[in-house]
Amino acid sequence: MTSTSEYSDYAAYTTGEPVADTKAPEGPINERWDTRRFEAKLVNPANRRKHTVIVVGTGLAGGSAGATLAEQGYHVVQFCYQDSPRRAHSIAAQGGINAAKNYRNDGDSVHRLFYDTVKGGDFRARESNVHRLAQISVEIIDQCVAQGVPFAREYGGLLDTRSFGGVQVSRTFYARGQTGQQLLLGAYQALSRQIAAGNVEMHPRTEMLDLIVVGGRARGIVARDLVTGRIDSYFADAVVLASGGYGNVFYLSTNAMNSNATAIWRAHRKGAYFANPCFTQIHPTCIPRTGDHQSKLTLMSESLRNDGRIWVPKAKGDTRPPNEIPEDERDYYLERIYPSFGNLVPRDIASRAAKNVCDEGRGVGPGGQGVYLDFADAIHRMGKEKVAEKYGNLFDMYERITAENPYEVPMRIYPAVHYTMGGLWVDYDLQTSIPGLFAVGEANFSDHGANRLGASALMQGLADGYFVLPSTINDYLARNPHHEEVTAEHPAVAETRKETEERLARLLAVDGDRTPDSFHREIGELMWEFCGMARTDAGLRKALERIPAIREEFWRRIKVPGTGEEFNQSLEKANRVVDYLELAELMCLDALHRSESCGGHFREESQTPDGEAARKDEEFSYAAAWEFTGTGRAPVLHKEDLVFEYVHPTQRSYA
Amino acid sequence: MTRTMWDSSVGKKTVMAVSGLIMLLYLAVHMFGNLKIFFGAGDFNHYAHWLRTIGEPFMHYEWTLWVIRVVLVLAVVAHATSAYQLSRRDIKARPSKYVHARPRASYATRTMRWGGIILGLFIVWHILDLTTGTVHSGGFQPGHPYQNVVDTFSTWYGNVIYIVAMLALGLHIQHGFWSAAQTLGVGSRTRDRVLKIIANALAVILTAGFIAVPVGVMTGLVA
Amino acid sequence: MKLTLRVWRQKNADAEGAMSTYEVDGISSDMSFLEMLDTLNEELILKGEDPVAFDHDCREGICGACSLVINGDAHGPERTTTCQLHMRAFKDGDTIDIEPWRAAAFPVVKDLVVDRSAFDRIIQAGGYVTAPTGAAPEAHSTPVPKADADFAFEHAECIGCGACVAACPNGAAMLFTSAKINHLNVLPQGAPERESRVLDMVAQMDEEGFGGCTLTGECATACPKGIPLMSITGMNKEWLRATRKAGKR
Repeated sequence: MTSTSEYSDYAAYTTGEPVADTKAPEGPINERWDTRRFEAKLVNPANRRKHTVIVVGTGLAGGSAGATLAEQGYHVVQFCYQDSPRRAHSIAAQGGINAAKNYRNDGDSVHRLFYDTVKGGDFRARESNVHRLAQISVEIIDQCVAQGVPFAREYGGLLDTRSFGGVQVSRTFYARGQTGQQLLLGAYQALSRQIAAGNVEMHPRTEMLDLIVVGGRARGIVARDLVTGRIDSYFADAVVLASGGYGNVFYLSTNAMNSNATAIWRAHRKGAYFANPCFTQIHPTCIPRTGDHQSKLTLMSESLRNDGRIWVPKAKGDTRPPNEIPEDERDYYLERIYPSFGNLVPRDIASRAAKNVCDEGRGVGPGGQGVYLDFADAIHRMGKEKVAEKYGNLFDMYERITAENPYEVPMRIYPAVHYTMGGLWVDYDLQTSIPGLFAVGEANFSDHGANRLGASALMQGLADGYFVLPSTINDYLARNPHHEEVTAEHPAVAETRKETEERLARLLAVDGDRTPDSFHREIGELMWEFCGMARTDAGLRKALERIPAIREEFWRRIKVPGTGEEFNQSLEKANRVVDYLELAELMCLDALHRSESCGGHFREESQTPDGEAARKDEEFSYAAAWEFTGTGRAPVLHKEDLVFEYVHPTQRSYA
Repeated sequence: MTRTMWDSSVGKKTVMAVSGLIMLLYLAVHMFGNLKIFFGAGDFNHYAHWLRTIGEPFMHYEWTLWVIRVVLVLAVVAHATSAYQLSRRDIKARPSKYVHARPRASYATRTMRWGGIILGLFIVWHILDLTTGTVHSGGFQPGHPYQNVVDTFSTWYGNVIYIVAMLALGLHIQHGFWSAAQTLGVGSRTRDRVLKIIANALAVILTAGFIAVPVGVMTGLVA
Repeated sequence: MKLTLRVWRQKNADAEGAMSTYEVDGISSDMSFLEMLDTLNEELILKGEDPVAFDHDCREGICGACSLVINGDAHGPERTTTCQLHMRAFKDGDTIDIEPWRAAAFPVVKDLVVDRSAFDRIIQAGGYVTAPTGAAPEAHSTPVPKADADFAFEHAECIGCGACVAACPNGAAMLFTSAKINHLNVLPQGAPERESRVLDMVAQMDEEGFGGCTLTGECATACPKGIPLMSITGMNKEWLRATRKAGKR
């Protein structure tokens, strides 16, 4: 926990041994999952209750994993920081969940979903994992329907589907605009059944603060009861992290306010490799910020781009109300730059284009950080009723937040961080580089490469939790019947716990003059500027130079009122910021070292003549798995080479 | 099943609903019979006597009336006991009040609770007044209900007690009938309007029908 | 805007609580209600005072964490969650009273934070379909009439925030419980456990110390997701049906 770096070269790193996934079997890709399940050792059902598995997080991945492991007979001890497992942020997902059911008979198949996902990820995902995801997608829908998830249906009583960005088939199942909520409640209810049955010991309002590693294996966690402040150690034979993504590094994002990176970052510090941290997805259609008071950003479904036209004034600093700007003084820039795809270009391209026009000083709304999404033409063409029927809910939501009526004035939108493709490095079994530590859902890096397609996050979370992990964790537990009983007195446990207690004590002791939020905001703004939608060598170097200074200032000036032995939300926040201040550095370093553009990672130095992302497959066709060596110290890069046997990398073009 | 009913808050509400509906049915008949008073002492007294002879010769004199009385007492006891127990439960469930109080939140609840207490006291007075004659003003004459009724409504307090109680009854029926329908699960979105209309109609008709008697006495229509 | 806030402060579950008065200035009408509280808390921290504790997470009206009674109304004057309430609903110079959900079954944890775990236990009592992973039949093997699916969805929208309990003069959890029962009992997948579900959940609801329903309708008025009052009628019907069937066995 050194607060200043001993290195003057903030961008330093060393390259270590390559890392490889050793778990995915050889052979035809469509047989690998079956083969793996057959080869995996099983735990005798009678012995399962002797095994304890810790699951951190209760979102789609964690909730489904906890419920399923408990059904199988394991003793599950589960944690969430929320007051109820039902509130995990998966609940906020709107659009839907993909599955290769081919109910529409429109040519969909497991292979097509696999292909679309690898391509959508800009060829930076592992083929075996993605293919398995596509295979399992079909079972997820069956499972959720059996649980009573009220998916949208047609008059014949069969499930309805719709299309989503980046694909040409209709494979997205949905429950109005609340698919995430309904799927999560399904998992929560399955989990609740297991809690009632005594198979899951649930700890709500309890936050994981560190990982316990004994003899090189993950054997438990240190967690704090957020109500009493009590810090305890919990032991298990395996630990599953389902703690979500780290988008909140940016301060403003579509993540929940308390979503945080502590669980994965602490695991990283304990030895788990962190893969592709710079791969973050920035969603183009969010409601822009209204001022410095803004605490989070709200997403508007990207379906709006089907009928809305995006524009900004041609002139810089034009502050006239939008309806007074004549047609010939408007720049419908997406239609101008990408005539064939127009307003429907992929997320990353739409986001970057909006940033560019705002950087030119042509942004609209407070602070000039916004572009218009105009429905005047659509209303003229289809009539207000038709538009209301299609988008009424979204228009209402927009009006509630902004107090502007989008039927009369154009909406203002701006891109916002909302998903992180990077995460803990895992093998085909979803096991991290620490034996016994697994990562599922957004917490791992496995399936989306450099860009996630719409409606794929829910699919991945549930695939991991319901189907993948419960099959693969058996193998680990069967091969590693634990030798040594771990207790609180074990030196490794006592030390981890002591470190945690000292960290919190130190946060409380500084008694400086800046709030946790002010530091969070500062690091967030820095990241948004230099490690956001467009990244440059110079900018990233600047950020890397700045972050250690912020960290140093943090430990000098942070102010956390109250004590650690009580409900203390400032302390929770401050502790999360500690980890953001380190993770941000790794994100910038990863972004700096990857001097290509791919998916959501856009390096200005690496673009095609038309300004599109240019991949450098020769140089960067790998997943970057980083090993921690100490705060402010040069990390070690382990490359996992990506081999594409089935989907051959191509360059995207939308002009 | 009886235990499940009585032990559950939903079951106890069912007991209230059913006993309330029994009393409501009785009140409708009672109100209708009361209107005989407008046809003179002969008709009214004859009607009152007939009540005692219902079911003869199968039933002995006054047996049917006693059966009705027993059912009514059971209904009142069940209604009041469940109301008392449910209210205690409700009050316990909300031990501290909001500092920023809003009156409308508890309007219906309060009307039902205080209305119920008023009605309970009224029933006691009503029986002591016109059935046993214990508190009757001006010489109770068994077998002469017409005169007894006229006596009661010739005092100001007799009228006040009665009219206040009947207004409370109206409010009680208005919310109670609709509530009973919800408790028994017969309400639905399509039926809601009809149920509310019936509840309002029952409340108005019963209140008006009962109040007609003291008003008749006061205006000299009944003397 | 400049506002006077009167906020319920309570150190912990066992401590006595009281209203404390604070002044906040420079509030923008575009702020959400919670951002206004963030502003207050930033000031309190810098002054070395204990910031006001309140539950919040997604801030987009879906997680159900936020839970404030504002001027006597659960979630404030508009029909939405507290996080989606904006300061434009108030005027410069207003005095705003902020209190926690109040119900015996929702004890205060600190300030405006309450313990809603009773809701979790009601779901644990039967608010699920027993469908172990892997055992599911093909999704299209049982069609569900669209009307039933829509009905189920409308009730499944409940976010478990507890505004219904907070608004109910009896501290009743009927609307919350009935929403889940209606959601699952109308679906063919929920049918096998239809009776045990309603009996067990209602029993748990009573066990937790929630009050009973007097059909004041306050719950449905406060519900940010518009769960209808008729949901309770539906639960009563299910309960009576289940009790009758249990009696016959």
